[in-house]
Amino acid sequence: MQTKLFKLLPLMAAVTLAACSKPEEKKAAPAADAAKPAAAAAGDSIVVKIGSGAPKSGEIAHLGKDNENGAQLAVNEINAKGDLKIGGKKVTLELVGEDDAGDPKQGPVVAQKLVDAGAVAVVGHLNSGVSIPANKVYADAGMVQVSPSSTNPDYTLKGNKTPKGSVSSYRVVATDAKQGPSVAKFIMEKGAKNVVVLDDATQYGKGLADQVEKTLKDGKVNVVAREAATDKTTDFKAILTKVKAMNPDYIFWGGMDATAAPLVKQMKELGLKATLASADGACTEKLIELAGDAAEGVICSVAGFPLEKMAKGKEFVANYEKAFSGQKVQIYSPFAYDAVYAIVDAMKKADSADREAIAAAMPKVSIDGLIGKIEFEPTGDIKGGAITIYNIGAKKLNVATIIQ
Amino acid sequence: MLETLVQTLINGIVVGSIYAMVALGYTMVYGILGIINFAHGEVMMIGAMVAMTVATLLLKAGLPVLLVLILAAIAAMVVCMILSYTIEKVAYRPLRNAPKLAPLITAIGVSFLLQSIAQLVWGLEHFPFPELLPSKRIILFGDVGITMREIVIVIVSLIMMTGLLTLVNKTKLGRAMRATSENVGVTGLMGVNPNKVISATFMIGAALAAIAGILYAMNAGGKVHFFMGFMPGMKAFIAAVLGGIGNIPGAVVGGLALGLAEALGAGYISSEYQDVFAFVVLVVVLIFRPSGLLGQRTADRA
Amino acid sequence: MNKLLKKMDPKESMIGFLIALALLLAMPFIAKAVGGTTWVRIVDMTLLYIMLAMGLNIVVGFAGLLDLGYIAFYAVGAYMVALLSSSHLSDNFEWAKNAFPTGLHVPLWVIVPLGAALAALAGIMLGTPILKLRGDYLALVTLGFGEIIRIFMNNLGKNDFNLTNGPRGINRIDPVTVFGYPLDKTIEIGGYKLTKEFLYYYLFLILAAATVFVCYRLQKSRLGRAWMALREDDIAAKAMGINVRNIKLLAFSLGATFGGIAGGMFASFQGFVSPESFTYMESIVILAMVVLGGMGHIPGVVLGAVIMYFLPEFLRFTVEPMQKAMFGKVLLDTAILRQMLLGLAMILIMLYRPKGLWPTPTREDKKDVVSTDKTANTPA
Repeated sequence: MQTKLFKLLPLMAAVTLAACSKPEEKKAAPAADAAKPAAAAAGDSIVVKIGSGAPKSGEIAHLGKDNENGAQLAVNEINAKGDLKIGGKKVTLELVGEDDAGDPKQGPVVAQKLVDAGAVAVVGHLNSGVSIPANKVYADAGMVQVSPSSTNPDYTLKGNKTPKGSVSSYRVVATDAKQGPSVAKFIMEKGAKNVVVLDDATQYGKGLADQVEKTLKDGKVNVVAREAATDKTTDFKAILTKVKAMNPDYIFWGGMDATAAPLVKQMKELGLKATLASADGACTEKLIELAGDAAEGVICSVAGFPLEKMAKGKEFVANYEKAFSGQKVQIYSPFAYDAVYAIVDAMKKADSADREAIAAAMPKVSIDGLIGKIEFEPTGDIKGGAITIYNIGAKKLNVATIIQ
Repeated sequence: MLETLVQTLINGIVVGSIYAMVALGYTMVYGILGIINFAHGEVMMIGAMVAMTVATLLLKAGLPVLLVLILAAIAAMVVCMILSYTIEKVAYRPLRNAPKLAPLITAIGVSFLLQSIAQLVWGLEHFPFPELLPSKRIILFGDVGITMREIVIVIVSLIMMTGLLTLVNKTKLGRAMRATSENVGVTGLMGVNPNKVISATFMIGAALAAIAGILYAMNAGGKVHFFMGFMPGMKAFIAAVLGGIGNIPGAVVGGLALGLAEALGAGYISSEYQDVFAFVVLVVVLIFRPSGLLGQRTADRA
Repeated sequence: MNKLLKKMDPKESMIGFLIALALLLAMPFIAKAVGGTTWVRIVDMTLLYIMLAMGLNIVVGFAGLLDLGYIAFYAVGAYMVALLSSSHLSDNFEWAKNAFPTGLHVPLWVIVPLGAALAALAGIMLGTPILKLRGDYLALVTLGFGEIIRIFMNNLGKNDFNLTNGPRGINRIDPVTVFGYPLDKTIEIGGYKLTKEFLYYYLFLILAAATVFVCYRLQKSRLGRAWMALREDDIAAKAMGINVRNIKLLAFSLGATFGGIAGGMFASFQGFVSPESFTYMESIVILAMVVLGGMGHIPGVVLGAVIMYFLPEFLRFTVEPMQKAMFGKVLLDTAILRQMLLGLAMILIMLYRPKGLWPTPTREDKKDVVSTDKTANTPA
């Protein structure tokens, strides 16, 4: 036993040595005074760090990667232009990306790491469940957090304030309370009578489905069944067989594209005549790729204006695919991209890269983003904004209507 | 009403057949070595991934669908068998005389490893699995129907079970397997190489997992993902224990019972608690039959 | 190896004990100096995991009952604190609003014993129906129990009966208050800021130390010896006059107690709980701590908890710089590589130390006797 262990020792020693050499020197600077962002001045230009927290491992790593890519793209663009100046000094942005694994327990640790690394503001996190506990850490450090994808209303409603009293939790995505009713109203206009509301029992899916159910009921539409699966469900036949007898004309799915695809396929297989309606989580090219012909006719919504309608939209997609070869725009990268621009706008307005100064300037942010105009409510939610409803036809996402 | 019930039962049997296929692999390994092969679900995932890659390529090359299915299945089986052989040799064999929980932990380590390999090779996204079996619905009566794919799933699971039973009870290898499961050491004295028998068991289990993976990927909405092995792996584990772990017909009975319990529970009680029913059925069965539905009482001292 | 470890055993010498104590007290300062506040946070969480691993060690390590759903007790404790020290109940229930208009805000001294008691009750509830089950059957039912608790927490958040706020989780949980002093306030001593992470560290240290102490006493007690008899051979244990049913239930409930306390501490430290934190994988990770460290051996289990919690964090800090140092760029995705290395580490540790990194010394000595007894393949 003992001799065997010795075989491992050189390996362990190598790992430890390699490990110890790097992080310590890197850490030394911010650890000295963590409260001040590391705006390492070098002559007339400074480096400003922006954090990004997203799940880069685990089940939804592809979405997390996409968020970080969106933020990275914005950072690259701003650096390439090179005209960002603060206090007369040229600013180079640096994105510090961290993996939160979509795990609420890792949220605060990752947040702390971004704080220690000297980020002045953070784009993230993807899941509301991670954003909420992480926000406390950011707020305590006087930082602003702009989530590209956390839709839980509590994130801003019960958000935290920085020591100087500024709002710390912002988001550029519409909350469930905005997006849900838009889809519901759209299918009501289309003449929905019997609707089944389904969700994946996650914060995102259930929050959305609750809002849809409420809007439908207020509009006197029959919600004939309210059912739930999970975010790992791939077999919806039990639920679908049950609701088939109720003759629904629409089925709303609160969930992601990866689960919407089997759902819509199995609807067709079981001979349900209902149309599937869903929101941004399922409003993707991936859904069409996964569900094939079954995806035809699906209705879904995305907050903001359609990418192809925006002048910058096509450019964004092209630049994205060029910068990250082999990867495709998933869902929230345009939002992460805009989040970076929102932070930079606040930085410009404050003419400072100080955390609290950025936080204080956030309410004044006003930019024409990829997804539309970006301005914030006093709570930290994005203002009004358009919701685009899509209709899948001929294997493409076609704009059905834009709700202002 | 009756139509809904019959359709629900059909759904349950189809899902249950998939659980059963995966459970057979669990049960074989448990029967012979007494360890839970937690990496089985991941082997299945790799099988589905390989089949997806091969099938997509061959379909693009214009081969007929049936040939593509066979070639993809063979490719998946070969990869899974090599993989499983390696896993057994590297991660389980050295621990055959170690405390019982040691192989459990290596198995979990192996599944982390396989998942990360899949992420490196295929990436993080969900990928569509080509439709190799017709998914057109055949109406049986009224509103009750079943697809060709589902019929194949049920039949394949029954073939697998009978095939395995014949193998274990009628062949020389089967006799060696039974002997090994009684006592590894004595089997060696009887002129059978237990290592070879155990390797063979793992490889047969892997081949079954590859086929199960393909059918599961097609049935579960036609997609594959590096995390797809987790849920069926866990459900199959429940199915194997429900039927009496180590017992081949038990795996099938357990799988079907689990599939039916889930379908009926979700259909008639509450879909939100679908996964709870699986466990409630399990607890109730185990309270009355502590060794599972078909398990014999053993002087198990774990 | 063992000699070296023995030297470090605090009981060996008073000086060793004092050095260990000084090290433990200085730990957050060292962590902060080395890696910033992040590492203080990581050290805090490690202490929580030590408590969890200690609790599970009673069930798995001492009594030999394989429990794959241990995280349920952690969840029970966490949710209890979330309900008792946030405004959630008052926001959602009329009667609670009338009784406590600003929400319940229960102090630590009530929370810890209550969380312990509730989790112990949950332990007995789990233990009672499955007393007769053995080995892998038991493992699976406990796994189910863990999942059932999580599913209920996810679903008991309907508008008409909103107990847990469903998948949205409960936010704004009060920090722990010690003598009226909330631990999330920063203390400043001579210009050095003692942040929340420092204050929680000392609270967790006390609790973890108490847990370890209790476990040591339990192990040496009559009950502890009964558990070990049960683990080695339950029929023989019964024959010796041990009440197998009662000591099994005691193992479950005592193990659960520690899980409950740790869960409560977690809830107030994070300020937020949601069902996502209590998945089946968490139970597996805690089990891995116990097994990798050395089942039944308290210092080993502590070591296991430290390694299993530290390793992923350590890799997070090292994988990228290492790749850059070795190849000049990031070749493999760091998140994937991290998972791969964790898997490899688990396999390698088990292959080279199948009884764990630091197993019970007596078992090590009598290796042959134990291993033939424990590993005789049970045919099924």
